[in-house]
Amino acid sequence: MLAAGSLAGPAFLLLIVLFFLPVFAVFAIALTDWQFGASSLSFVGLANFREVFADESFRASLVNTIVYVAIVVPGTIVLGLAIALLIESGKSFRAFYRAIHFLPYMATLTAMAIAWEALLHPTIGLVNQTLAGLDLPTANWLRDENTVLPVLAVIGIWQNLGFAMVLFLAGLKSIPQDLYDAADIDGADVWLDRLRTVTLPMLGPVTMFVFIVVALKAFETFDTVQVLTQGGPGHASEMLLYTLYRESFEYLRTGYGASVAAVFLLIVVALTLIQARVLDKKVHYQ
Amino acid sequence: MSAHRLAPPSAILRHAVLLITGALILIPFVWMVSLSIKPPGEIFRASFSFWPEQFYGIENYTKALTNSPLPRYMLNGVIVCAMILALQIIVCAPAAYALAKLDFPGRNLLFAMVLIALILPHEVLSLPLFVLGYQVGILNTYAALIFPYVVSPFGIFLFRQFFKTIPDDVIHAARLDGLSELAIVWRIMVPMALPAIIAFGIFSIVSHWNSLFWPLIAVRDQSLMPPPLGIMVFKNGEAGNDYGPLMAASTLVVAPLIIAFLSAQRWFVEGLTGGAVK
Repeated sequence: MLAAGSLAGPAFLLLIVLFFLPVFAVFAIALTDWQFGASSLSFVGLANFREVFADESFRASLVNTIVYVAIVVPGTIVLGLAIALLIESGKSFRAFYRAIHFLPYMATLTAMAIAWEALLHPTIGLVNQTLAGLDLPTANWLRDENTVLPVLAVIGIWQNLGFAMVLFLAGLKSIPQDLYDAADIDGADVWLDRLRTVTLPMLGPVTMFVFIVVALKAFETFDTVQVLTQGGPGHASEMLLYTLYRESFEYLRTGYGASVAAVFLLIVVALTLIQARVLDKKVHYQ
Repeated sequence: MSAHRLAPPSAILRHAVLLITGALILIPFVWMVSLSIKPPGEIFRASFSFWPEQFYGIENYTKALTNSPLPRYMLNGVIVCAMILALQIIVCAPAAYALAKLDFPGRNLLFAMVLIALILPHEVLSLPLFVLGYQVGILNTYAALIFPYVVSPFGIFLFRQFFKTIPDDVIHAARLDGLSELAIVWRIMVPMALPAIIAFGIFSIVSHWNSLFWPLIAVRDQSLMPPPLGIMVFKNGEAGNDYGPLMAASTLVVAPLIIAFLSAQRWFVEGLTGGAVK
């Protein structure tokens, strides 16, 4: 049909040019010694990948990213779920509480990172002032290699928990009332019993969904690293997307950058396949 | 929902906990605004008070607006977000209509491509997109900021879902009235799918107003920078440790979305979490 072709054609072509060819290009560049601006190139097989994995800064970046994701994902899910349960457990001020907790998710992270830097300032920041006032030890949060990654993770949780909360709120609304009635008859009359026997199991699919989306978002963390730490001190807060940016666009190591992008892509695809598999098996208890 | 309802003491506890977590969440915002109205002396004296002894807001905000091209950054943000959204709707709505309502060879292939593209993080494709922008010769222009986003897999997906719920009778009637397929898209489908368009619009504008990664690669001239990149340059350059104007600039960058959010909360939550499919 001509009509369908002219309606869908532009989107089809643009998807190819802006998504699919670039994916192939990432892998093609990763397998060659091409440098940006060079007119010739040759096939080098997996040499770029060997270089990437032999590089201490990339390994640090990979480990940091995994640690960061391992803090942000459970933190976001537990806090998002707890706040959603609290909001849903009463009727008053629901919209108000939802709005407050959702605010960071849509605020410009670059600007908020600057606000966080002021909060975390070693001498005049509110965090250290409060700790000093309570006679607790203070730290130079963003310049200490032991604290920098956990602090970035806290900012990540702060930003994402409102998103998790909203999805959990939607999940809670969709739990049928009969299940609670049935649980009541079965003697689950304490709030905690109902939570354990009905609410949490019924939230299985939503939790899986939140898990994957937040994990993907955490993997793609860039703004806070770029604005607050530039990967430092040392390599203590270097993360994959920042490494990808710096190698590709600051050091202009094209093959290296493409290899990092390829590794990154494989991680994301693997995560998504896991999601599809688990959702296929239906994390339902109905 | 009586199953969830709590006894009065627990109700008080609910408010207490939510007020505390809410306050913790708001601290960065409150601190940012507080520093933006304090004079340097008070900022470095480090007090807990929100309100300054000497109100210095006018000086800080004037400095933020005049010492950096902040108004220009904001204008760039508006231009880029508006162009991206307009192009996305122009490209995605017809494709979504074809996927939802027309039968054509390659339909399943196109839909499969949309689903695959949905899971690709755009940042990973930045190197080839940068090379493409270079070859076409549009780096360091508005076009560079816009072109990677003119087709949105999420937009196509969302519009298709919505268009599918519109009865076929409506389309048959429109065809009998002599409307072309393209006219059906713009005069029937898009107006009927307005909630989906608005939700997508919010998702798109919030993502691109807040985006730092691609602008950092695509443009060098300050006169082209969108707000996040501009404010980063402001921080690394002139502002340095001059916290007052820097916080004022941050507040101004964050403010438009926050104000829009507070006045249309339901739409924002829907647009941004519907966007979770991405």
